[in-house]
Amino acid sequence: MSAVTATTPGKRGAPRVKTSPFSYVGIALIVVYCLAPFYWMVVSALRRPADQFSNKLIPWPMSLDNFVSAFKPANGFTRALLNSLIVAGTTTVLTLIIGITAAYVLARLEFRFKNVILAAIIATSMFPGISLLVPLLELFVSIDWINTYQAMIAPSMSFALPLAVFNLTAFFKQMPFALEEAAQIDGASPMQAFRKVILPLAAPGVFTTAILTFIAAWNEFIIALSVTNKQSMRTAPVITSLFTGQYGYDQPFGTQMAAGVVVTVPLVILVLFFQRRIVEGLTAGGVK
Amino acid sequence: MTTTVQAPRKPATAGRARKNRRNAGTGRFAALLLSPTVLVLALVIGYPIVSAVRLSFLVTHNGINPTTGMVENTTHVGVDNYAAIFSGDTASQFWNAFWNTTTFTVAGVFVETVLGVLMALIMNRAFRGRGLVRASVLVPWAIPTAISGLLWKWIFQSEGIANTLLHTHILWTTEGFHAWVAVLVADVWKTAPFIGLLALAGLQMIPGDVYEAAKVDGSGPWRTFWRITLPLARPALVVAVLFRMLDALRMFDLPFVLIGAHKHSVETLSTFAWYEASNLRYGSAAAYSTVLFLYIALVAFVFVKVLGADLVGRGVSGRKS
Repeated sequence: MSAVTATTPGKRGAPRVKTSPFSYVGIALIVVYCLAPFYWMVVSALRRPADQFSNKLIPWPMSLDNFVSAFKPANGFTRALLNSLIVAGTTTVLTLIIGITAAYVLARLEFRFKNVILAAIIATSMFPGISLLVPLLELFVSIDWINTYQAMIAPSMSFALPLAVFNLTAFFKQMPFALEEAAQIDGASPMQAFRKVILPLAAPGVFTTAILTFIAAWNEFIIALSVTNKQSMRTAPVITSLFTGQYGYDQPFGTQMAAGVVVTVPLVILVLFFQRRIVEGLTAGGVK
Repeated sequence: MTTTVQAPRKPATAGRARKNRRNAGTGRFAALLLSPTVLVLALVIGYPIVSAVRLSFLVTHNGINPTTGMVENTTHVGVDNYAAIFSGDTASQFWNAFWNTTTFTVAGVFVETVLGVLMALIMNRAFRGRGLVRASVLVPWAIPTAISGLLWKWIFQSEGIANTLLHTHILWTTEGFHAWVAVLVADVWKTAPFIGLLALAGLQMIPGDVYEAAKVDGSGPWRTFWRITLPLARPALVVAVLFRMLDALRMFDLPFVLIGAHKHSVETLSTFAWYEASNLRYGSAAAYSTVLFLYIALVAFVFVKVLGADLVGRGVSGRKS
């Protein structure tokens, strides 16, 4: 029994005391630290272009002009958002399909070199994007993949796969073996046991992994920057960083802040809704 | 009931024996199901790494062909790209990039860890408003780094909010030490909360009775932190720091967006290699990125071997180092 208590994950660390006034100050500091720059981005986006350099904390009179100019056809921002959605969405779906299979095998089957394979999969996550970039550029030029979605999806998948496999393996491991055994005693094939029993129960873990993969793919920059040179194939973060002003040399910060808000808001919404899940997924690797 | 609870704790012994009996000869089946993952990683990571090493030994010369009088590229195999790291005019640029990469990593991860642990300690004490804190802590992490680079570039403009608040007139985004500071600030903002989350998870694994025992023994808060909290949270913290260091060593987006391409004061090995590649000097780009790769591998090795970072952890073997 004592062993069980020690590993109960829900057990709080510090002694349970009432939140002290000191903690409230600390909490307020953390919240301000984290949100102030983001607030500044939103505020700057909502200013009138004429007040762009004003440093007042409240943007008044408010205006959506910056958003309007971000979506000007010349910027290709709408298309870029669509590109980001396609790349991040496809990456997420493919990573999940491949990752679930691999993780289930690693969690459930016993075979030689299993730990070596898992260690190798995790090790690939430490490879720097730049070491992959040069050969991939050469390869993509030779097979005519420059300015294609697959040239962004394949590297994004490989960046997301190690973490996905790792998280999912840890998740499948937690599920008791008796589940499959019971299903198989009831006459289900291994495949059916997996599909009908394990997968529905694993849905939270799969969902967490999906969010993490989507955010990682949506934020990917170096590959998306380098394997595209046509405006219509750029992703949203890349195109936002490449916005040019009316005269070419002035950086249109107001427009960029507006575009930044548009790129970030879906992620912030994901974070607000699924914070508990995301934190569980992020910390799974570190603690478990 | 007992077996259900204990099963995840010792899969290494009980699980293996049971599975072996039942799943004898599953190697081929496992290989089949694992092949898509291995294939993707081999194609998009394995092949480029090997290919980068090959490229880094190819030396390209721009020369005029004496017979035709045309400019031609000739390629031969050699160590010139690596030799250029130690001598010649690119050597100082390389070591500058190497130095920046190292200082960004050491200074950044140090500040982030201190701030992150502080945040974790505060979050661990607070029982109200946890949801709000958790959500706001995730915001810097969720914003794409390229976008946060733009955001900080805007904050650090000459007429920007940073100069207004600090009552200074520093041109943060121009070459100089202040550019390095600007990149570091942006990086710390984004990642300290992330370390805070991982550290918090580590703190929450510490059972409350340990603290009570310390209190009974008359240990003050400071002593409790150094002698109990920190040692017990260390495994989680070491892994968090390792992940952050590996990430910081390949820093690209922030200096690239915040200051610009090929800027001396914030050039990292990643941006330098990118600059070389964008100027079609693939050989030296591959050499620099291979050096970076080895550097990262060395850091990871030191962490796992010397500090005992347990990456694979309970998830796989059931053993804890």
